[in-house]
Amino acid sequence: MNKDTLLFEKSRPGHRTLRLGKLDVPAADLSLLPKGSLRTKAPVLPEIGELDLIRHYVLLSKKNISIADSFYPLGSCTMKYNPVTNEAVVQYPGLADIHPEMDAGRVQGALRIMKRLEDGLAGITGLPGVTLHPAAGAQGELTALLVANAHFEATGQTKRTKVLIPDSAHGTNPASAAIAGLEAVEIKSGKDGLVDLADLESKVGDDTAVLMITNPSTLGLFESKIAKIAEIVHKAGGLIYMDGANLNAIMGISRPADFGVDMMHINLHKTFSTPHGGGGPGAGPICVTDELTPYLPSPRVVEEEDGLRLDYNAPQSIGMLRGWPGNFGVLVRAYAYLRRLGAEGVKRVAENAVLNANYIRVKLNKAYHVPYDRMCMHEFVCNNKHQREKGVHALDIAKRLIDLGYHPMTIYFPLVVSEAMMIEPTETESKSTLDAFIADMLMIAEEAQSDPDKLHAAPVTTCVGRLDEGRAVREPKLRYACYKD
Amino acid sequence: MPFIQNSESDRQEMLAAVGVRTMADLFEQIPAELRHNGPLPIDAGLSEDELRAEMTELASWNTPMAAGCFLGAGMYRHFIPTVVDSLQGRHEFVTAYTPYQPEGSQGTLTAFFEFQTMVAELMGMEIANASMYDGCSAATEAVIMASNLVRNRTKVVVSHGVHPHTRRTLETYLKWTEMEVVEAPLGADGRTELGDLADDNTCAVLVQNPNTLGVIEDLDSIAATTQAAGAISICSAYPTSLGLLRSPGEAGFDIAVGDGQCLGTAPAFGGPSFGLFACAQKHVRKMPGRIVGETVDDKGRRGFALTFQTREQHIRRAKATSNICTNNALIALRGAIYMAAAGPHGLAEVATYSLAKAQYAAKALGAIPGFELPYKDAGSFNEFVLKCPVPAARVNKAIDAVGMIGGLDLKAWYPELGENCLLLAFTETTTRAQIDQLVSALTNLAAPQPVA
Repeated sequence: MNKDTLLFEKSRPGHRTLRLGKLDVPAADLSLLPKGSLRTKAPVLPEIGELDLIRHYVLLSKKNISIADSFYPLGSCTMKYNPVTNEAVVQYPGLADIHPEMDAGRVQGALRIMKRLEDGLAGITGLPGVTLHPAAGAQGELTALLVANAHFEATGQTKRTKVLIPDSAHGTNPASAAIAGLEAVEIKSGKDGLVDLADLESKVGDDTAVLMITNPSTLGLFESKIAKIAEIVHKAGGLIYMDGANLNAIMGISRPADFGVDMMHINLHKTFSTPHGGGGPGAGPICVTDELTPYLPSPRVVEEEDGLRLDYNAPQSIGMLRGWPGNFGVLVRAYAYLRRLGAEGVKRVAENAVLNANYIRVKLNKAYHVPYDRMCMHEFVCNNKHQREKGVHALDIAKRLIDLGYHPMTIYFPLVVSEAMMIEPTETESKSTLDAFIADMLMIAEEAQSDPDKLHAAPVTTCVGRLDEGRAVREPKLRYACYKD
Repeated sequence: MPFIQNSESDRQEMLAAVGVRTMADLFEQIPAELRHNGPLPIDAGLSEDELRAEMTELASWNTPMAAGCFLGAGMYRHFIPTVVDSLQGRHEFVTAYTPYQPEGSQGTLTAFFEFQTMVAELMGMEIANASMYDGCSAATEAVIMASNLVRNRTKVVVSHGVHPHTRRTLETYLKWTEMEVVEAPLGADGRTELGDLADDNTCAVLVQNPNTLGVIEDLDSIAATTQAAGAISICSAYPTSLGLLRSPGEAGFDIAVGDGQCLGTAPAFGGPSFGLFACAQKHVRKMPGRIVGETVDDKGRRGFALTFQTREQHIRRAKATSNICTNNALIALRGAIYMAAAGPHGLAEVATYSLAKAQYAAKALGAIPGFELPYKDAGSFNEFVLKCPVPAARVNKAIDAVGMIGGLDLKAWYPELGENCLLLAFTETTTRAQIDQLVSALTNLAAPQPVA
């Protein structure tokens, strides 16, 4: 049996899974629709029965590497365990089968979950103004930059058009700045991997709107001079935005508000255990200071005497960035996770995440070059310096890991380390999993010397080997050809 | 501690390996004055059984739509076949990351290649991307794409019939650019009156079908007028309606977008949903979002990979077509499973059933003295405006009194319609009994009240 056919190749006329029961009202009268408003050609969707449909997707699912079957040390992505309870909870009819335009009185449970989650995030960050509206981290970043724009507009500081971004930042930072109509200015990293204060001082000024800083940085290092950095930027009248992608390392240990952060986003799909789902949905709430709270997007959850409601009309709000209040299903999962952890658990998460990362680091730092080999936070970056002369690249090491039953670490990011390999184990992995991974990484280092071709040929255990990505661009095939002409 | 598997002795061994004594020693990089030593304002943790009890309680404070609910306005309660939950719920889909390592992600990648094909088919366009956040973000990104396709034009014409959330999202995104949004009004029949608004400074025209008042637009004429002005025509379509109604591609639009919640996902208080985005292949390099392409591996076997990544933020940074990174992949997967489960005939069935229910309701409601269907002549799909003899809020209270949830009071979104207009939506899940009950509740409201 060919297990690699597409839905369209399995399609047979007359097969179908979804069949509705008998219509309990008179049949639709199409003559009441305006002339020319009907489709003339039906969409060529697959025609497939229920069992074949199930087999198709079950077979596809087996072609994925997931947290549920493999260790997934993908740096910067915080691939922690996604509690199964939360997947069940979101299906409760009282949480799934509710419409966002229902009267507030009918959705007090939904609003209470949002309010409590806001309060929890405010407590963790020390920043009191919270919006759960943004759909993902990148939208959270953009939201924060628009909040800054609105703040500077309201205070007559319209010349602040520059966003300072360290060279180790995520690509979404400069991309978001561009959409906000701001100019991205790169700040260099110093020899210690941290922000170069001299470079920062030379670029900060009365045109600075925001410094976007990832802390801990994408090198897995805490910006130990963060308070000084904040002071420099604040003195120049700018705002500090923190990319909260790496909050997992410090939550409960240090509050961003205490080191001068004015605004930050949180990836609920990283730190708060909501699943990545093959690329989303996530949620990117932002937390801001009291001063910036009036500019947060609409709608806001507001508490009044008779309960909670959504306010779509806050006068100074930057507006909406998507439909409805937020990715509610994601918010419910994050809330459930926070309730399981409690205050104590939040801190334990950070501690164990940092311990797991350092444990791997000290076991691998001889076989692999670790450019900033000191106590790391929740992740660390190594590279192929010791393997390079055998022609072994980060990509080869990553692909070999796939053959050994892992999802590889993040590779070629951050850009400030050549052939970077960024390893983030998260707190939910056990020591025995880490030990097995360490042993396999050491074996790969060995193979890189003795049998580099084995690494170049990897992966060989997957349903396909290395793909010709150049061809995908040169001869683009972006859909199945449903028609044979 | 929940979700942390290591025991205290595991931790001690690991601390020793790292060369420190206590957990606190791990945080030496954080200056002492920046550490938070006080308690967090968060309650103590719960066990799984306690959590489920709490969530059950919170859920019980909400009223599910199952009792009968006539709210739509962009988010609809359609039937969801069990296969959608069952297959989407597989851990291998739920707990995977974005498919940056194609060899280990062929499941997700293949599913998205198929998804793109189905979306393109549904929209009647050549190609589609692997989804956006939702319908509002898809429409907004389409306008931004249009401004990159047609350079040096700064005007965007948006129909007043486009969902207010989409219009507000667009406003938020464009406020800090040179682009200016101009609204095209709705005529007395509820359809967009483009007039001569599309001119040589216009880069895009955005309409929605059916529009927010439920009215079916004259798509062909809007697309033609837009193109005559040299602008990009964008249509936001309600995917369910495309089982029956003319697709944006058939009508000649350049870009088609939509919100995918209706394709197999519960309303869930507004999200997560996903956005559909389709266009002509020649525009692929300006398209936002992830795109999956077919290629071959080193042995010539068919495989799928993310492609045209040079458009994206992780490569292009400030020059990317969009800042989108994490999108709504898993909900889009639900959409793919739903479309495959429905097939062309199932989708047509859902569309015609929804239409039949709305027509049944419209006929009965329009016959109640004092109630009117102001846009009846233009034609509608599964949703229409009912003009009531009393404020819509009062009508909703009457519906509430019989244990159902009313429609959308249009006062906030379309103040020019006054206080008496209600937007009512019907799908294949609405029962005849619910509609009959709605009709009788409104009939009673219209009847002269006995003098006490």
